[in-house]
Amino acid sequence: MVIEFTRIHQRVIWSCSISDRTGSVNHLLLRKTEKETNQIHSYQRDREKMSGVAIHASSWGAALVRISPYTFSAIGIAISIGVSVLGAAWGIYITGSSLIGAAIEAPRITSKNLISVIFCEAVAIYGVIVAIILQTKLESVPSSKMYDAESLRAGYAIFASGIIVGFANLVCGLCVGIIGSSCALSDAQNSTLFVKILVIEIFGSALGLFGVIVGIIMSAQATWPTK
Amino acid sequence: MYGFEALTFNIHGGYLEAIVRGHRAGLLTTADYNNLCQCENLEDIKMHLSATKYGSYLQNEPSPLHTTTIVEKCTLKLVDDYKHMLCQATEPMSTFLEYIRYGHMIDNVVLIVTGTLHERDVQELIEKCHPLGMFDSIATLAVAQNMRELYRLVLVDTPLAPYFSECLTSEDLDDMNIEIMRNTLYKAYLEDFYKFCQKLGGATAEIMSDLLAFEADRRAVNITINSIGTELTREDRKKLYSNFGLLYPYGHEELAICEDIDQVRGVMEKYPPYQAIFSKMSYGESQMLDKAFYEEEVRRLCLAFEQQFHYAVFFAYMRLREQEIRNLMWISECVAQNQKSRIHDSVVYMF
Repeated sequence: MVIEFTRIHQRVIWSCSISDRTGSVNHLLLRKTEKETNQIHSYQRDREKMSGVAIHASSWGAALVRISPYTFSAIGIAISIGVSVLGAAWGIYITGSSLIGAAIEAPRITSKNLISVIFCEAVAIYGVIVAIILQTKLESVPSSKMYDAESLRAGYAIFASGIIVGFANLVCGLCVGIIGSSCALSDAQNSTLFVKILVIEIFGSALGLFGVIVGIIMSAQATWPTK
Repeated sequence: MYGFEALTFNIHGGYLEAIVRGHRAGLLTTADYNNLCQCENLEDIKMHLSATKYGSYLQNEPSPLHTTTIVEKCTLKLVDDYKHMLCQATEPMSTFLEYIRYGHMIDNVVLIVTGTLHERDVQELIEKCHPLGMFDSIATLAVAQNMRELYRLVLVDTPLAPYFSECLTSEDLDDMNIEIMRNTLYKAYLEDFYKFCQKLGGATAEIMSDLLAFEADRRAVNITINSIGTELTREDRKKLYSNFGLLYPYGHEELAICEDIDQVRGVMEKYPPYQAIFSKMSYGESQMLDKAFYEEEVRRLCLAFEQQFHYAVFFAYMRLREQEIRNLMWISECVAQNQKSRIHDSVVYMF
């Protein structure tokens, strides 16, 4: 017995054909009312007009535009804070373990070298700030407009903003952490090196700032269609 | 992957690497050695050392001080540092640190066997052993008559067991065979250590390869020079050379047939790193060779500290401490015997 589902429309209307061994085919057409069907037909035509693309071509692109923009937004916000905190934590443990070991023989380095830990922590704070900004950009749109090009754009803008901030902060946290570890060890041997290596760390922490700036600019693009 | 150790090394090794670098900062500098060389007697030496990291180890010693006491207490500091690091280490660093002691174990085994051969008391020999190379059944070594017994009774339970596969003969232990046994064990140990470091990969493999290759080459030269004029055949001599290093395999072929020091010099001058060492010595002189090798070793060990996030700093620190203890022993002996003009013959300055 072969059951074949074919999509007739891009929404929930399916045609279920059930064929048994005799080869005869029974069509079971599940469909909405005539009015909705017509509405859906006109909706499809409108969309084709707006985007100029044959939406119902079976391709990855077609699948992608059918994912809700809210999914993308939510993932973007999650990545923005989750991956930033990952970077900050990674950097802090790299610096912290070297700092503790070096401070046993040279206790004077502890207070100055906490700056490296603070730079790593700043990276996590950037992630939190951007996540809060992004979540204020989320608005409800009526379900008819949910797959409009404009709302898709808003969803993608929030997603991209989250990725930018998250990964920029990940590598920034790593960079500052590794330099902080070397800074602690060098300071323990020769205290004139501390300020020079701190300058390198400042350049490293600027990377996270670049990510935050671009992320906030991107999130300004997140304008949902008005009701 | 080489280059990305910085991302994960500090999870297990960050604290210990920072500690070992702190210890390295406590090694004696040229200024300290100059002060020590000005000392008139051992009490002065003790006073100067009390300002260094050795202070707490020497302060309780009673007044008629011997050079052996100074060396013993300084070695005790080395052992304390090592044990502190070993108990905090996780795999694979703990295996790496264990490898550092096997060389001392081999030296202790040979010491006891040689001492027993010359009818010395076992307890006296055990006191002379290096503390890093002690293991539980070491006193039983005095009982063995030949190498097979040595292996079966004692060494099969120690970490040295896999190094014995080439040594198992039923010959009686005499001076020559003991030296051959020492060198065979050391060769197996170096090769094992080398393979282990290659397996670790990354910066550890690169730096340790260089350090171990220098060690292997140095031992090859020393074996060659010490066996000139003895009854060791060329094939036997070649079997004692390790199968890695700059001299492997063509240098070993040439070294095996050398019959005097000038021929050795001729072989070594073909290799640029060793040409620099041999050019410092004039013809026919071999006393300065030891010091030249030590200086080159110290130079390479200090370079190991230039890179972060690898295990070779631990090896380098242990070797530098041992060199420092050798320096202190030489200085103490010269001062005690009133031969201060010869102090600079054998002191290797580090920083």
